[in-house]
Amino acid sequence: MPSDEVEMLRAIGLQSVDDLFADIPAAVRIPKLDLPDGLPEDVVVARVTSMLAANKTVVDMPTFLGGGSFDHFVPASVRAITARSEFYTSYTPYQPEISQGLLQALWEYQSLMCELTGMDAANTSIQGGKVFLIPRALRHHRRAVLANYLVGTGVKVREVDYDRATGMLDLGKLHEALGSDVCGVYVENPNFFGRFEEQLQEIRDATKAIFVVGVNPIAQAIVRPPGDFGADIVIGEGQPLGTPMNFGGPLLGIFACRQEHIRKMPGRVIGLTRDANGHRAFCMTLQTREQHIRREKAMSNICTNESLLAVAAATYLSVLGSNGLRRVAADNIRRARGLAASIDKISGFTAPIFRGAHFNEFVVRHKKGYPAVHRALLEKGVHGGLPLGRQLPELRDSALFATTGRHTLEAVARLLAELEAFR
Amino acid sequence: MSFRQAYWDEPLLMEKRSAPEVPIDVSELVPPKLRRVGLAIPNLAEFDVVRHFTRLSQMNFGIDTGFYPLGSCTMKFNPKFTEELAALPTVARIHPDQDEATVQGALRLLYELQGILAKIAGMDAVTLQPAAGAQGEYTGLLIASAYHRDRGETRNQVILPDTAHGTNFASAGMLGYDIVEIPSKDGRVDLKALGSAAGDKTLAFMLTNPNTLGIFEEHVLEIADVVHAAGGLLYYDGANFNAILGRTSPGKMNFDIVHFNLHKTFTTPHGGGGPGAGPVGVKKALEPFLPVPLVSLNGRGYHLDYDRPKSIGKVRAWYGNFALLVRAYAYILRMGGDGLREVSDRAVLNANYVRHRLQGVLDVPFGSLRKHEFVASAASLATKGIRTVDLAKRLMDFGYHPPTVYFPHLVEEAMMIEPTETETKETLDAFVEALTKIVGEDPDVLRSAPHNTAVRRVDEVRAAREPILSARMAKAAKPAPS
Ligand SMILES: Cc1ncc(COP(=O)(O)O)c(C=O)c1O
Repeated sequence: MPSDEVEMLRAIGLQSVDDLFADIPAAVRIPKLDLPDGLPEDVVVARVTSMLAANKTVVDMPTFLGGGSFDHFVPASVRAITARSEFYTSYTPYQPEISQGLLQALWEYQSLMCELTGMDAANTSIQGGKVFLIPRALRHHRRAVLANYLVGTGVKVREVDYDRATGMLDLGKLHEALGSDVCGVYVENPNFFGRFEEQLQEIRDATKAIFVVGVNPIAQAIVRPPGDFGADIVIGEGQPLGTPMNFGGPLLGIFACRQEHIRKMPGRVIGLTRDANGHRAFCMTLQTREQHIRREKAMSNICTNESLLAVAAATYLSVLGSNGLRRVAADNIRRARGLAASIDKISGFTAPIFRGAHFNEFVVRHKKGYPAVHRALLEKGVHGGLPLGRQLPELRDSALFATTGRHTLEAVARLLAELEAFR
Repeated sequence: MSFRQAYWDEPLLMEKRSAPEVPIDVSELVPPKLRRVGLAIPNLAEFDVVRHFTRLSQMNFGIDTGFYPLGSCTMKFNPKFTEELAALPTVARIHPDQDEATVQGALRLLYELQGILAKIAGMDAVTLQPAAGAQGEYTGLLIASAYHRDRGETRNQVILPDTAHGTNFASAGMLGYDIVEIPSKDGRVDLKALGSAAGDKTLAFMLTNPNTLGIFEEHVLEIADVVHAAGGLLYYDGANFNAILGRTSPGKMNFDIVHFNLHKTFTTPHGGGGPGAGPVGVKKALEPFLPVPLVSLNGRGYHLDYDRPKSIGKVRAWYGNFALLVRAYAYILRMGGDGLREVSDRAVLNANYVRHRLQGVLDVPFGSLRKHEFVASAASLATKGIRTVDLAKRLMDFGYHPPTVYFPHLVEEAMMIEPTETETKETLDAFVEALTKIVGEDPDVLRSAPHNTAVRRVDEVRAAREPILSARMAKAAKPAPS
């Protein structure tokens, strides 16, 4: 029997596959790709596995990094669900009748995000008067990305410094920075230093501008949601909800807002409706905000987003429930507090350097500077926190340490022993 | 073929019976002003959660379920071995801020992928940072703008053909650029119209080749000359790369900037809408403006290079969607240069075969030869009261995911069909036969389709008129939807 190729070519009336490319002018043709030939699956698996074996994982090396990416435990059920190929080999649910499962899961995700943040509406994920106020103590790449995303808006950012004693936003500086030109204020809770921002009400009361709060979704289990303080928009990094660190990507952008802003919200949104028989059904909605309809006037250019991570987050939250999520949040605080106290006892170290309540991160200072500590730890196979000097020169001597429920007693003991040994 | 999708009358998570809440005392942990009261996330048995989402998955259609010829999206088979690789702890459990010496494997993979993609595209340098094609476009335009500024020029006009994807318009629009849309002639760029649009304000002309009609723009070198003569840059939207692997390259066609959609051509799974990855490649002159960091190789090993003074900065945190980049890298090794060329050969053959067989069933405007996809039109069925949407809905009853509909806008009642290379003739024949049968069916059957999916035709107008986007909003809305 002739092959598919031969039969199909014959049907079209062509001699060879090359004829299919006759419309490509000779001047732009290439003879072939300048790459090695393909390899069998087992060879590729072996080669890639061995290349990646050069990485030291956080299992090989106790690691105390956070700063937006966290190594929380993920129940195996989460991956079992996101590995269902009905989900992961589908695409944007343009045709709702055949995609109800994903649509319901994403709608449930939106509902869960609204519950965590105290907002009315959320999207299924994303990737911003004239001046936006942002904290000076903000993860550097957040600031850098913001700058690139403000290019077309004409909006400028103005930084508000932090209080040197508490690490929270300096309210005096906030009042100085607020003017009639300010269209929005952004703060984080917990903030860059892992410190809870206790002044959300004061900040809300200080301005009528759009109030945007960045959150850690796990902390939200036991912390009052920004919605209670009159926030307009809540954003956050959703990676802690059931997605591994993956060297920084993919990530899940949480975006939730008050009902009055929904028609300006960027990204994909799922709505509840009915089918022709009156059954409950779901579909993408408010699509007139989106690029495929509104084109250059769209609220964003988002097409492909981070849906599968939203499914992971919904599954993670459902497996844990409110009880489990609260336990994780409380456990993170206790562990961070315990770790900070142990480090603080070691001669030369101060932790946390800011007074008051923290979530799962805190700043550690060494009196002779942190970088030498960092190098010494690495030599001993322990990875310390994020050195802060590059971003905040006054914290040259300090680093941001993080912990999660995954740190074993042994990992913590190794860190403490190496810090003790540091001279 | 007959098909019946599962239907579970599955309650919402929030409607399921929750175990009692276990109060926990956080008075020692959270300052009084910040202490939360109440958290309405149900407490369910793990096995029940797994069953809930498994049932939902059975009401969802993926590539593994059936043929998914969604034009412009390249819904090809997602190999399983790349899923296993991406789940390795040496991928999943490394932190992006780790010291370079402890992530040499990851950096090497990124470095090699930068090089491989540059070769495939005929470009000189690649950033892996953007999270999807649209973010690649945004990044590419920022790079173009920085390049012009560096030469002391302010250019703020982006030219787009009327066949361009919505994200091209939106990316340029978000950056505040002026958009000049030029009409097509015979389904191709009208060189005259381009000539009169291009000038000293032209920042870039964005094009995908083959274009969204699946037609190869034979005059691409003339197009490049017109744009370059005006001082503008030529941007390649890589969404349609699946048509040209090993046959031509954006570099060879004189493009200056290109984005890849790794979730299309390089088959990282679409994930129900994402995550994807949208690397950007550029020619030498634009390399200084790429986002930081790039991965480089020096005497001490692989290195994250932030020392790039002309860089546009960052478009997202860290280095891109690493877990997807691992999959794409492994796929490319598996296929090799020879295998990738065969990908395009078969993708183009499949598309032309389906197009050929559908002649007489639907209209296929603009001549014959196509690349990896084509656009048909159901306009002639209007007299029977049938629209493209009805065909699309009815196709689901036969177990097919519908093609992309109503895009590109240039074609009335458009249906954009992209079979991809990972389909047999048997599947393609069955699809053609189903569509042929559907066109001859009683229009009422079509207008009331689908009949065999989990739910019947969904009222999208109602969803938009009274948006209910969360359980909270559902509670507040009255009357509550049944
Ligand atoms: C022609 C074209 N350009 C750009 C894009 C945007 O790519 P992404 O969805 O990866 O953002 C698409 C996506 O479907 C497309 O088809």
